[in-house]
Amino acid sequence: MTVANIPDLTEVMPELIFHALAALAIVSALAAALAPRIVHAAFALMAAFFAVAGLYALLGADFVAFSQVIVYVGGILVLLVFGVLLTARTEASLGLERPVRRLFAVVAGSVLFMLLAFAIHGTTFAAAGAPTEPLATTEAIGRAFLDPEGMLVPFELASVMLLAALVGAAYLARRRRSS
Amino acid sequence: MQIWLDELRGDVSWLGNLPAGLVYTLGIVIACKIVLVYASLLAGETVWLERRISGRMQARIGPNRVGPQGLLQFLADGVKLLAKEDIIPATADRPVFILAPIIVFVGAFAAFAVIPFGDGIVAADMNLGLFVVLSLTSIEVVGIIMAGWASNSKWAVLGAMREVAQMISYEIPLGLSALGIVLLAGTMNLSDIARQQEGAIWNWYVFRGPFAFASFFVFFTAALAALKRAPFDLPEAESELVAGFHTEYTGFRFAVFFLAEYSAMILFSILTAVLFLGGWSPGFPVDLDSGIARWIGALILFIKTILLLSVMIWIRWSLPRFRIDRVMYLCYKVLLPISVVCVVGLAVQVLVAIEWLGLEHAVGGWLGGK
Repeated sequence: MTVANIPDLTEVMPELIFHALAALAIVSALAAALAPRIVHAAFALMAAFFAVAGLYALLGADFVAFSQVIVYVGGILVLLVFGVLLTARTEASLGLERPVRRLFAVVAGSVLFMLLAFAIHGTTFAAAGAPTEPLATTEAIGRAFLDPEGMLVPFELASVMLLAALVGAAYLARRRRSS
Repeated sequence: MQIWLDELRGDVSWLGNLPAGLVYTLGIVIACKIVLVYASLLAGETVWLERRISGRMQARIGPNRVGPQGLLQFLADGVKLLAKEDIIPATADRPVFILAPIIVFVGAFAAFAVIPFGDGIVAADMNLGLFVVLSLTSIEVVGIIMAGWASNSKWAVLGAMREVAQMISYEIPLGLSALGIVLLAGTMNLSDIARQQEGAIWNWYVFRGPFAFASFFVFFTAALAALKRAPFDLPEAESELVAGFHTEYTGFRFAVFFLAEYSAMILFSILTAVLFLGGWSPGFPVDLDSGIARWIGALILFIKTILLLSVMIWIRWSLPRFRIDRVMYLCYKVLLPISVVCVVGLAVQVLVAIEWLGLEHAVGGWLGGK
């Protein structure tokens, strides 16, 4: 049995998937920024997280991809929505009605965008090419963690500071309520 | 999967003429379809199992009319649910309301792709297997919150908030108790973890010392909380919250929630059997590696799954519901310390086995080898 001309997409497929995921990431990020309802913004953010996780998977970084899902979708997003539910307002406003705030948000956003744009433009990314076979990324990440000359352990220790900040925030919020 | 597809492309000429990428993609899609249909059917039969067991426990009969012993009851229920009116409340957040059951369904079924049903019988044999299962099942929670929020009903919102409170409590002991097994196994590939437990019954990870034994019970308890099964069925709590997060759902959308719940039960039962109870090992040394024998192994794993499902059902119809603060107390102050001690203990166990006893890995020799 001969197969009529079925185009071999094996070579261009990664590129197609990349563009689809990138488009999804951009569109859902825009939706998250522009959604009038804060809950819709949170759920649009979920789509953005998934798209970015897909990009990681496309790069062969499967551990990072699923960490993205478990940390951002399973953890941060759930806490975010929980916070919104606790504020108990159907039409939770972001406080952007006031022109001054809106102006400030635009300025801050533009400055951040320019900083990131300069940083990305100034970096030369070595073209590594997508790996053809699945790599044992977990082992490599584990070794990087325990490498005495690596930077991951100090980096992770810095996250203790975040914990201290959380405890401090909870303490302050509690004081305010009882007074 | 890829190796198997390469062999198939070599054997079947017209498949060999197709582009490799297309064959792999189609192969993966077909494999996932088979797994999806299988998991759905099994979920339907689990509903029957639950109704029959609960009937026995309450001295009544349960469904026994449709098919032999009522085995086809789920088809009748399915037709009934499809025939019901599909109601979307006027005040509901329409797009989110429609999206929520889909997200829950994805969360419950996607993880089946990496679950081994037997030696080599797995849709996607990933190195990250266990991690993938834990991360994909956490998606389900987002769907439940969406359902609770979008329904715009007090019962549903309360159910969704309970689900969040419960989730942030059980996830840590669940992950930590599974991490102990990863320490012992040295891999997160579920097929490899199961293979390491072949041979005698003391090769099963649950019997590899006191810490692994305790981890098994922590894992199973946290899994019950993850499944929203009684005594942890607070997000639904039919005697307090009508039906909790899916109060406003009818017809097919409700059926999707129902199906997702039971398929998640099957998922966690297989996962528990693979992680702790030897996977497809019958408990004595026997060669189940090749050909038809691996289907016998699959049958053994299936029996273990059914037994674990029965235990879950047994627990549900025996124990009363927890209060939400008691759930959080149990997870944070009881299960979490136990699981931390277990992880540290298992780390020491592996270290002793490698450093002092000079074993290759804790797997090979701790409390008996292959």
